[in-house]
Amino acid sequence: MIDWLLDDSPTSRLQANLGRAWRVWTALLRNPLAVVGALIVLVLVVMAIFAPLIAPYSPVGQDLANRLMPPSAEHWMGTDELGRDIYSRVVYGARITLLIVTMVAVIAAPIGLVVGAVSGYFGGWVDRVLMGVTDIFLSMPKLILALAFVAALGPGIENAIIAIAITAWPVYARIARAETITFRDSEFISAVRLQGASATRVILRHVLPLCASSTIVRVTLDMAGIILTAAGLGFLGLGAQPPLPEWGAMISRGRNFILDQWWVATMPGFAIILVSLGFCFLGDGLRDVLDPKQGEKQ
Amino acid sequence: MKKAAIHLEDLSISYGKTPVVFDVEFSVAEGESFALVGESGSGKSTILRAISGLAPDWTGKISVLGKPRGHAPDRAFAKTCQMVFQDPYGSLHPRKTVDDCLAEPLAVHGIGGRDTRVKDMLDAVGLDQRFRFRFPHQLSGGQRQRVAIARALMLEPRVMLLDEPTSALDVSVQAEILNLLKKLRREQGLTYLMVTHNLPVVSFLCDRMAVMRHGRVVEIAKVDALKTGRLANPYSRELYAASGGTLQPA
Amino acid sequence: MSAPLLDIENLTVTFPTSRGPVDVVKGISFSLGRERLGIVGESGSGKSMTGRSILRLIRKPGRVTADRMTFDGIDLLSQSERQMRELRGARISMVMQDPKFSLNPVMTIGDQIGEALLTHGKLPRRELKARVLSMLEAVRINEPERVANLYPHEVSGGMGQRVMIAMMLIPEPDLLIADEPTSALDVSVQAQVLDIIDDLVTGKGMGLILISHDLNLVSRYCDRILVMNSGEIVESCKAGDLNKATHAYTKGLLAAMPRMDEERDELPVLDRSTWTTGAGT
Repeated sequence: MIDWLLDDSPTSRLQANLGRAWRVWTALLRNPLAVVGALIVLVLVVMAIFAPLIAPYSPVGQDLANRLMPPSAEHWMGTDELGRDIYSRVVYGARITLLIVTMVAVIAAPIGLVVGAVSGYFGGWVDRVLMGVTDIFLSMPKLILALAFVAALGPGIENAIIAIAITAWPVYARIARAETITFRDSEFISAVRLQGASATRVILRHVLPLCASSTIVRVTLDMAGIILTAAGLGFLGLGAQPPLPEWGAMISRGRNFILDQWWVATMPGFAIILVSLGFCFLGDGLRDVLDPKQGEKQ
Repeated sequence: MKKAAIHLEDLSISYGKTPVVFDVEFSVAEGESFALVGESGSGKSTILRAISGLAPDWTGKISVLGKPRGHAPDRAFAKTCQMVFQDPYGSLHPRKTVDDCLAEPLAVHGIGGRDTRVKDMLDAVGLDQRFRFRFPHQLSGGQRQRVAIARALMLEPRVMLLDEPTSALDVSVQAEILNLLKKLRREQGLTYLMVTHNLPVVSFLCDRMAVMRHGRVVEIAKVDALKTGRLANPYSRELYAASGGTLQPA
Repeated sequence: MSAPLLDIENLTVTFPTSRGPVDVVKGISFSLGRERLGIVGESGSGKSMTGRSILRLIRKPGRVTADRMTFDGIDLLSQSERQMRELRGARISMVMQDPKFSLNPVMTIGDQIGEALLTHGKLPRRELKARVLSMLEAVRINEPERVANLYPHEVSGGMGQRVMIAMMLIPEPDLLIADEPTSALDVSVQAQVLDIIDDLVTGKGMGLILISHDLNLVSRYCDRILVMNSGEIVESCKAGDLNKATHAYTKGLLAAMPRMDEERDELPVLDRSTWTTGAGT
């Protein structure tokens, strides 16, 4: 099987692409931090998918008799002010976190990529207009801008996602533009232009695939920031609304008891730190294997 | 005389505000192999880029196979004239297999039977079928240049613009590519317009040449004049001597 | 002949790859007096690696081993990194292919040449300037005063390469290694640059190793030629005897080059299978 993947003379397109993916994968495995990061992200995904099987209690079930219990064998992370099991809430919270990061990535990355590639490829006034807009968005602090949008759209997860996505895309546009400019005049792009390919085709089929890897790396690294922004919105009461077990909102509620019942705020805080760190490690590892300037040459 | 494959009249080209080529005039007959020689900065590559539409700032007249050229690449032109670039490392998309690269022009023009056409073309340029799904970084310089030539030939053009096609290659590989270009021209009756700084390559592959300096053509000569060292212009003779040739009275 | 300037025996350069270590240079031996030696080969032949390993410039994870590698009686292999730094530039210099990448873009040319001299000894300011200007003159730069105040991006490729040569030769080294010094230059400038190197090398009685892919060029400017192919020296001969080469590879290379008065219909192509087992590059 591995021989088939590493075959120097693949016999089909599928084999060639799988072989390349396999090489990236094995290179990633050689980086210990990246493996740690990938494991953390994997745990997050598994937790999100199998939350009902993993969590011992309901995330919203109240048990006022057992409120604010410290961590114990029954409640691994203790209980909150309404007697809800914090561990179960953290597990279910993985779903919300994962939903937010994927949705933001799915919305923001493609918008940024297309804006950046179009801007870089055409140059001239197209570039000036698009980059002007990008710079306006880029010049405003992320959380403040997101706050403004949520304030306008009303609190809630969906609006939080839209708000974060709106603040996230300019970075990808900048990256895609910079990458596009470096190979806009390269011979392989000239060659497809000479074959009569339209600008749309050149951008979609030839320019974007080259920007993709650096964007993937950047998105992975940004995941930590997205999680923190989402948590920040939740903390300020503008993200997920109670009783949804969103990590930021949980910290916000725990703030009232932080001196006497430290676990209420600390446990979801740990979760945020761990997941952010996981994405950062993974992103760093991906950069090492995906960056076209470093890899591919060997 | 046969219809001219490439005809240039009063052609002046500039990059932005800097003029680089001045009032160039020559014609290449159909089936002829014509060389543009000169040192870097003489404007020889710029002429190819203007013909192909990659250098849009020009004045004068360019016609290819009797049809006047516009200032940008276009689909109809793509089927009559294609270009091979100098750097085999920079002219192939790093994330696309040889197969993708060769099938792309067919896809752009909606031509069917891609599978057989790609296979046939690999045979024509002397690449084994096992190279078909490799990425450029798995190929040597010579193999890449074969792919680049194959890509240019996919649309069955009549005219080929060759921009220093062998200058980045080793001597032994250069010989293979030169043989290939000669064979393809003979088999398909192609017209070549080749830019090079290597005079012996001109002697091997071309019928006529234009010597360029500072954006102007200083001499147009038959290849026999080159072979016997009887070039007329003082600059051409200087170039010839620097390339290791023995001069004869013109 | 006295003791050679450079004596190399069984030099091997190894790089680890995912499929085990690969020898890029496979146990070559040669020695060099105060003469001009040309090393010719195609890409991947190990010619550049040979040049770099003399200066111990092979980066990790590459490994250099040799039975003997002495320069003017100094064992290069046992020198510490610091001792090597003192040798480099002062006694052995190297000119690389592209001046664009070897010159510091934010320093004037005069300052850079001056610094090359200063790192290997102190000099009063005025004398330093005089030395720099005379060196620029030696590499045939017409207005040395003006050029000394220019930045690298303000000069042409040919002039950049001459500046490089000035920089490398000003500490008066005993050995100059020139790795494809003219490949990035036009033919007419090429000859000029090589003539300058040639003049200075013969004038000062230095040793020269000229590394190039161009057989004709090397045979014109060197006394002796080594032809390398896939890490081995396949041919070693006097420059004048190149056309009497015996090895199939050298003969093949010579034949594969088109000539100015080319009448052959097809160029003979190297049949690599006759002397190598591995696949060609």
